[in-house]
Amino acid sequence: MKRKLDLTRFDSWVPTQRRTVLGAVAALPLLAWPLRDARAQFRVEVSGVGLTQYPFSAVSFRGNDAAGQDVAAIVRADLERSGQFRFVAPVAGGLDETSRPDFGPWRDKRADALVTGSVMRLADGRFDVRFRLWDVVRGQDLGGLSLPVTAAELRLAAHRISDYVFEKLTGEKGVFSTRIAYVTKVGPRHTLWVADADGEGASAALTSPEPIISPSWAPTGAQLAYVSFEARKPVIYAHDIASGKRRLLANFRGSNSAPSWSRDGRQLAVTLSLSGNAQIYVVSASGGEPRRLTQSASIDTEPVFSADGKSLYFVSDRGGSPQIYRMAAQGGNAERVTFNGNYNISPAPSPDGRWLAFISRVNGVFRLHVLELASGTVTAISETSADESPSFAPNSRMIVYATRDKGQESLMTTSVDGRIKTRLAGAQGDIREPEWGPFQR
Amino acid sequence: MSNTHKIPSMPLEGLPRSHAHSKTHRRHAWFGLVSSVLLAASLTACGSSVELDDVPVEDRSASAVSPLTQGGGAGTSAVDPRGVSGVEVTSDGALQPDKMERIVYFDYDSFVVKPEFSAALEAHAKLLNANRSRRVALEGHTDERGGREYNLALGQKRGEAVRRALSLLGVSEAQMEAVSFGEEKPAVVGFDEAAFAKNRRVELTYR
Repeated sequence: MKRKLDLTRFDSWVPTQRRTVLGAVAALPLLAWPLRDARAQFRVEVSGVGLTQYPFSAVSFRGNDAAGQDVAAIVRADLERSGQFRFVAPVAGGLDETSRPDFGPWRDKRADALVTGSVMRLADGRFDVRFRLWDVVRGQDLGGLSLPVTAAELRLAAHRISDYVFEKLTGEKGVFSTRIAYVTKVGPRHTLWVADADGEGASAALTSPEPIISPSWAPTGAQLAYVSFEARKPVIYAHDIASGKRRLLANFRGSNSAPSWSRDGRQLAVTLSLSGNAQIYVVSASGGEPRRLTQSASIDTEPVFSADGKSLYFVSDRGGSPQIYRMAAQGGNAERVTFNGNYNISPAPSPDGRWLAFISRVNGVFRLHVLELASGTVTAISETSADESPSFAPNSRMIVYATRDKGQESLMTTSVDGRIKTRLAGAQGDIREPEWGPFQR
Repeated sequence: MSNTHKIPSMPLEGLPRSHAHSKTHRRHAWFGLVSSVLLAASLTACGSSVELDDVPVEDRSASAVSPLTQGGGAGTSAVDPRGVSGVEVTSDGALQPDKMERIVYFDYDSFVVKPEFSAALEAHAKLLNANRSRRVALEGHTDERGGREYNLALGQKRGEAVRRALSLLGVSEAQMEAVSFGEEKPAVVGFDEAAFAKNRRVELTYR
């Protein structure tokens, strides 16, 4: 059987809007809500000056027409969005993962790497997505994968390819196949979303007429803890993403907020007002009595475990203004971490233990800052004035945070040096409270 | 994509893809047992009767390409671990006493109940003391400047201030709960001091 090769060029590529419905929805504690959201992708907004970008190309995957997602286009968009890659239009002619390219024309085009592949429908209705990565300069095969996936997983397969390419070419793990959680507010409706790291394929995990804040991913990526006001007070839930099953984690007298999972997933640090002021406690992930970690007459909140899990960063106004402190994960004496200015909040450690992102108020504006923990060097990495809720990508290379632009709340991603930024704005309403999920399998 | 597999052997020059699996497999000892297991697993995963296609390899350089390597896999299990099942919450109402001032406003960065609200709080204390079964939530709010969680803690501080004031007026602790909405439920939407002043408040909500 002879197969016709599809050689669509990417020049006119437009991201496909997506509105699919989940297949099976089981009986849920509350109303099942199989929403999928059609959203724009994160768009590159600022390019670093003098930044070296790796030139690559990707040929349309053979047989891709039969699938609902353009795999090569998603790979292209992923890599371009990282700011570390520049797309080169492909050389005409058919290639897939089984073909060894004639490298001459690709070298002429100055493409240093090339992705080829195919999408084949399997008898059981799934698709076998195959690809191969080539080092054009050396004429070297950098390997590839076969990814048998359902139609709903085609985007994920494309993100896996992007991760493969990113890691092969930069030496760093890619985060394209990870997920982010965030909250939207459209009119009176608050929705907690789980989306691909590019902002697409968003699914509603929780919809409520009352606010939802502070989502926190369990280390496995299977659960989210968050604060919901649906009971007319802040209460912490743990929510199994796949099944939609929720359980109360903390519903004590007063306010329950700021959940943050321990590295082993067995407990969460939380803020409770049981004592009449916000104090930090730990609760078991399976529920039960909280154990108090701070004993102050001040506000202690926003606990988050350090990368090694041995300490907790948190915010306290014990010194007269909100500052970030660090104490042992079991509690005890706290040492102050931030010293510049009189308003430093929302600590977010990088998984590699190198950085601490936080929000600092400087001259009346709230701006994302990064502290290099070893040197103590603090750098402002945004020019916006209402930044909130930073969260590191699992590879420690990017930070997602919320900001406000022209009155509308949107999400940004930035490289740790602040040179590469992307923005995700909603079609309507506000987007806030982003939390980058972990690597998954 | 838990059954993500490497393509165990890339077709050699001129070999149809469907033959490549078996022939190359026999030819290359370095694939060994592990590869066989992988191949068997992958073929099973793909469905028992799936024939790989017969596309002739376009090998333009006349040299073989190496095998694809094992990948992490993206997971295709019976229960999709990446699926998202949504939940919707609906709101409930509350009965509030008529003709009572139920909002206490606060100055910027202040947690002190101002004297102008004494009369209102005394009226609430009287109602609560006369009806020991009545319960009231003291819902603290802040303006929108600053972080959500820190503002939640500040709103709690305002709720607790009103709780202490009512306690001094004889209201039982069992009848009151101070909670906070932080900046999440502004009474007035706006970015000026007039809006901020309306939002720095405690609402007394009977439940």
